[in-house]
Amino acid sequence: MNILVCISKTPDTTAKIAFTEGNTKFDENGVQWIINPYDEWYSLVRAIEIKEKDPSTQIHLITVGGVEVEPILRKALALGGDEAIRVHLNSNDSNEIAEQIAFIVKQGSYDLILTGKETIDYNSSCIGSMLSALLDLPFVSLANHLELNGNTATLIREIEGGEETNEVQLPMVVSCQKGMAEQRIPNMRGIMAARTKPLKIVEPTPTTPLTQIKEFNLPPTKTGVKLIAPDQMDELVRLLKEEAKVI
Amino acid sequence: MVLIYIDHADNQIKKATQEAISYGAAIAKLLNCSAEALILGAVEDDLTELGKLGAQKVHQLKNESLNTFDAKVHSNLIATAAKSLGATVVIFAHNINGKALAPAVAVKLSAGIVTGACRLPSLQDGFEVTKTVFSGKAFASIKIESPIKVIAINQNSFGVHPYENTALVQSIDLPIPPASIKVTNINKVKGEIPLTEASLVVSGGRGLRGPENWGILLDLAKALGAATACSRPVSDSDWRPHHEHVGQTGIQIAPDLYIAIGISGAIQHLAGVNRSKTIVVINKDSEAPFFKAADYGVIGDAFEVVPALTAAILKMKHNQ
Ligand SMILES: Cc1cc2nc3c(=O)[nH]c(=O)nc-3n(C[C@H](O)[C@H](O)[C@H](O)COP(=O)(O)OP(=O)(O)OC[C@H]3O[C@@H](n4cnc5c(N)ncnc54)[C@H](O)[C@@H]3O)c2cc1C
Repeated sequence: MNILVCISKTPDTTAKIAFTEGNTKFDENGVQWIINPYDEWYSLVRAIEIKEKDPSTQIHLITVGGVEVEPILRKALALGGDEAIRVHLNSNDSNEIAEQIAFIVKQGSYDLILTGKETIDYNSSCIGSMLSALLDLPFVSLANHLELNGNTATLIREIEGGEETNEVQLPMVVSCQKGMAEQRIPNMRGIMAARTKPLKIVEPTPTTPLTQIKEFNLPPTKTGVKLIAPDQMDELVRLLKEEAKVI
Repeated sequence: MVLIYIDHADNQIKKATQEAISYGAAIAKLLNCSAEALILGAVEDDLTELGKLGAQKVHQLKNESLNTFDAKVHSNLIATAAKSLGATVVIFAHNINGKALAPAVAVKLSAGIVTGACRLPSLQDGFEVTKTVFSGKAFASIKIESPIKVIAINQNSFGVHPYENTALVQSIDLPIPPASIKVTNINKVKGEIPLTEASLVVSGGRGLRGPENWGILLDLAKALGAATACSRPVSDSDWRPHHEHVGQTGIQIAPDLYIAIGISGAIQHLAGVNRSKTIVVINKDSEAPFFKAADYGVIGDAFEVVPALTAAILKMKHNQ
């Protein structure tokens, strides 16, 4: 079994959100990069669990990004990835990133491609769906459960107000979310082993972005909270109805 | 032409789609072209009524097998239909199925895509769409540079706007690719309001101390007709199901009203809910950071405040 786990870097969840160069770029000054939580906690850990059951499984990691991504790739290797590929390209266009990954996939042979549900910076939720189209593979999104039995995957995906169970023949693409696995902390042995695991850097295949970020903005801050005494709930209901007009 | 994808389940068109149709119709007006909708499968709803949301035509591929969702099959059909109908903009709701389909359709149309859009595009300098980024902590304006554009619109961000049309329903005939997914089970919680579709949400945090205390929150939600949500530690401790977890690593929502009970308002929690129109915070600690993000605040013990609020709502409803 060959599993490809797509890894993205994101700013730490407590990072200050600020912009530079006339509000056209995210201010990376002092930002701590982490593995996108959905990629780490759910796709990568589920891949590791699959490998623990079937040790012949190989876990390949891929990221599209600059050299600053390497520390988080090492962390992903420390958690349990076997090898990592970094495509040397900085892009904010999902189309371009998916094309780079698809290009690598076509040169190898992967049974299962896992992505997180979305990244917590651009929240685009695009890469998995795009990979399925570029590779003409089945796709299950927002999966919170994945079991393999030979070449058959059984997945549970979220639907409005419930869940749906799907059965799919590999190879396929899955986007993973909460429920799939539990966050893990790398141990010393993993960290030591990660130092010598292969991390291959490849040059990008030519692609053109189809979108361009023109400007960032921060939402307006709230003007101030109106406090209502705990014994004045009729007043709160009146405000919600007459002032806020939401009930 | 602007083509809007109609998402449906259980014989009904989803609420998120109604908003997407209104949004697509407004874009068609900006571009001075027609707004047409595409439905794969069949529903009980009267499709001509989609005119009231702004659709001039509805193209229907009426095949029962398409009522079962298969991302590969559906995205193939949508892209083929968009090409044959000459769509220049394709609109999806940024909901569960929209997230699975829109990016694949964009690839097949060589189209640039913006998901999580929250405003009408600006046409002043090309075609720019504003979307939420950093889980709601900021907005980005993104220029789409390809001839065909795909947009997925965030739920509860545009609203449903009435039109006086009757839509013309036409059938469309396309070869259906073989299924890639077998749906073996569907498990729906009866009577539950889906969180992402809800306009009113009542949410609980660790301040409620344990799952056995959720009754007061559920009573309030019932009185309001609201969906229920929770903070991350609450779902991590299995006090509530995972699909209720809102925040930066959970679901991001933007209801009309978000009532936070016993939630401190950590930055990762706020990221998922700060686009709510009105936020009410109930917390016994006047220093809780959530008050800074709130419109209305009650400093008090949830175990007293919440039942009193429920009673006040029931009284208001009774007097109506
Ligand atoms: C990478 C990362 C991602 C994260 N993602 C998320 C996320 O997506 N969503 C999320 O929610 N969190 C997330 N968190 C966790 C977040 O940092 C907070 O720890 C969490 O939101 C706190 O939950 P809480 O407010 O329920 O609990 P607490 O912070 O413990 O707050 C409980 C609150 O209840 C109040 N209270 C206690 N008793 C009463 C009472 N009787 N009446 C009224 N009020 C009372 C207290 O004053 C307190 O303010 C994330 C953290 C990290 C590191």
